[in-house]
Amino acid sequence: MKPVYIHSVASISAQNTVDETAFLDDLVFYEDNVLPAIDPNYKDFIPPTAARRMAKGIKMGVVASKLALNQAGIDKPNAIITGTGLGCLRDSEKFVSAILDNNEQFLTPTPFIQSTHNTVGGQIALELQCKGYNFTYVHASVSFESALLDAELQLKNNEATNILVGGVDELGDHTTELFKLIELIKTEKVSSKALLESQTKGVVYSEGANFFLLTNEKDEKCYAELIDTAIFNTLKKDNLPTAVEIFLNSNKLNPEHVDLLICGHNGDVEHDDYYEVLTSGIFSDTQQAFYKHLSGEFHTASGFGFWLANKILKTQTLPEAVKLNHVKNSEFGYVLLYNQYLGENHSFTLLRKC
Amino acid sequence: MEELKQELKAKIIDQLNLEDINVEDINDNDPLFGDGLGLDSIDALELIVMLDKDYGIKLTDPKEGRAIFESIDVMAKYISEYRSK
Amino acid sequence: MDQGVAITGMGIISAIGNNVAENYASLIHEKKGISRIQKIDTIHRDEIMVGEIPVSNDEFIAQLGLPQDNNYSRTGMLGVLAAQEALKDARIENIDAYRTGLVSATSVGGMDMTEKYYYDYFTNAECQKYIIAHHAGDSTQKIADHLGINNQLVTTISTACSSAANAIMLGARLIKSGKLDRVLVGGSDCLSKFTINGFKTLMILSDTYNTPFDEHRKGLNLGEAAAFLVLESDHVVKAENKNVLAYVKGYGNANDAYHQTASSENGEGATLAMQQALKVAGLNPKDIDYINAHGTATGNNDLSEGRAFINVFGDKVPDFSSTKAYTGHTLAAAGAIEAVYSVLALQNNIIFPNLNFKTPMKEFNLIPQTKAKQKELKHVLSNSLGFGGNCSTLIFSKNA
Repeated sequence: MKPVYIHSVASISAQNTVDETAFLDDLVFYEDNVLPAIDPNYKDFIPPTAARRMAKGIKMGVVASKLALNQAGIDKPNAIITGTGLGCLRDSEKFVSAILDNNEQFLTPTPFIQSTHNTVGGQIALELQCKGYNFTYVHASVSFESALLDAELQLKNNEATNILVGGVDELGDHTTELFKLIELIKTEKVSSKALLESQTKGVVYSEGANFFLLTNEKDEKCYAELIDTAIFNTLKKDNLPTAVEIFLNSNKLNPEHVDLLICGHNGDVEHDDYYEVLTSGIFSDTQQAFYKHLSGEFHTASGFGFWLANKILKTQTLPEAVKLNHVKNSEFGYVLLYNQYLGENHSFTLLRKC
Repeated sequence: MEELKQELKAKIIDQLNLEDINVEDINDNDPLFGDGLGLDSIDALELIVMLDKDYGIKLTDPKEGRAIFESIDVMAKYISEYRSK
Repeated sequence: MDQGVAITGMGIISAIGNNVAENYASLIHEKKGISRIQKIDTIHRDEIMVGEIPVSNDEFIAQLGLPQDNNYSRTGMLGVLAAQEALKDARIENIDAYRTGLVSATSVGGMDMTEKYYYDYFTNAECQKYIIAHHAGDSTQKIADHLGINNQLVTTISTACSSAANAIMLGARLIKSGKLDRVLVGGSDCLSKFTINGFKTLMILSDTYNTPFDEHRKGLNLGEAAAFLVLESDHVVKAENKNVLAYVKGYGNANDAYHQTASSENGEGATLAMQQALKVAGLNPKDIDYINAHGTATGNNDLSEGRAFINVFGDKVPDFSSTKAYTGHTLAAAGAIEAVYSVLALQNNIIFPNLNFKTPMKEFNLIPQTKAKQKELKHVLSNSLGFGGNCSTLIFSKNA
């Protein structure tokens, strides 16, 4: 079984993350409940003939993938695996509303074509002329982890040597309003710095694209080693500590080996207590971090968490803004990520310093 | 006919979201597909919808589109002859 | 090469039957399920034909015993029915006895409800329950819930028309890697205004019965369906003394990288997928006894896929047929229903006919099997080719 390394990282988010030489130096703090991602200059990356059809999500995915590939010095990966929770939402909304508003007449094909969930993966392949394996996972908050798991399997079995993996989701105006209606998005504006003090249900919603070049060949540029990923459709809070221990044990580790636990707290008073189970339980003495006060929540926001973990492992620094507690660490060796959304679709991802 | 040609150029830019192109940039007999403006088969489908919606011309076979959309000149001529709107 | 992965159960619901037995009976009696659309109010009703399942949502709710306040989309209900049948067929009584995952596939997801209530949501609180059921993973979660699959690896794939084939592929790999002991794999898609209008804008819908691989083909008929297979590892098959229906022997996924919706003229993506599947299976082209083609009856697909057959098989293209003349193109579910048909073909040593065929395509000399044919079958190849250039091939074998 070969090891798996993260060779490069790229993130487009509600923070200034496009510049890979920086690491959350120029933080943006919001007072809002919906955070648009900060756009790079798309024209630098995408020719106008292609860009004219692309909604934001596709552009973010295409650019993040280019950044990851450029950084890794790879022209064409062996495979492209993406994850998305809601797919190309803007085009879907555009097409549905056109159907309803025009009574099914004079509809144009572009939004329909662009709305298929695998458009980002397909578009990347088209531009790179990459004829390899190309999958898109669409399972809520494990969409990104499913892509990771698939890539991990292939690389460990040496079925590929490098794979582009990414998660992308975009905001859609109509859907945002619907989510506010049923309080999936908080109805009140929240300050980034006060997210964890929120006593209401719902989240601060956002969008973004996080792409990575994974490989089974080590390189001094590598960010981290991906040890293992696991996903669970359901997990009761009572069973969570055991599930984590089993996961760590299967990798010959115990909770004490974990130097940093990165949690997906999103300010939802109804479900953030999953994280409390771990932070006040088996990981109470471990350095803990969170990130969705910076990235916002969306189905593939855990991709931002993965980006964060990789940056921490490479730089061996932990930005103050993401700390949940203060434990003196001599070094960051093992990092464990835990995420869930609405109490479902849980994931553990284990990384190690290269 | 001149007015129709200008109208077509503006509609094409709008419908196909050609952000960096102006009406003045499109010549009447430039090829629209392939080399000239570089439109593709998805654009052809978009223009077929435009023909129906704005000029009342219904095409049933997408292949007919390629001949009609050869250039602004050809399009304008076809539309003037067959339009019902 | 590796052993194949055992298939121990199947379930299906489509326009030609509500379960495996009914589907098989329709296939051998040439009973197609294509008609004018009944359940969706669309202005295109007289211009298209579809493979619609003649059961209403209310009937499904009653059949599944769902509470009135349920938020199942039609996609979810079809999925549960097919998955239930598969589990029963595999004689699985205790789902928790082994690590049992679920990999489903869809392209419509909950869009059938979303398009219905899109604006109503703001004024009618009763329908708001469907908001959370829109996303593609929801129907999978409904299946997991209904079947009691908990604390397991559950995920959803959406790669347009190759989705369910890809779900089967991932499932096989998860078993081989030892991550799961058994897995339910397949897909579900229902008809919707979204897809009907979407395909209409691409001008690839036929106004009559679809005619795969025919020179005068006019396009596809959309369909709706769900199908699932149960894949089990060798040790579970042995321990539980399971009856194996067939094996997932080979699989391949490649990208055409030619155009967002159209396939390349030389069928490169399909060619690569088939070659990869043969490699994984450790088979040569001459070992394939029957191809269940993607064969959507669009001008583009059948030409591209036909060329791909010639690329891979030369002048010895095996007997082939498309069953889409029976069911229509069921989008994300196609790879799964055609997997069921491939297994039925193997079990019964029968090649199903490619209905409605009259005139060979002028581009090559490929004639599909037009009548049901009894033939000893060892290996069946099934293609599913989707938008975004996503090309998938599965190979099913009688023996490991």
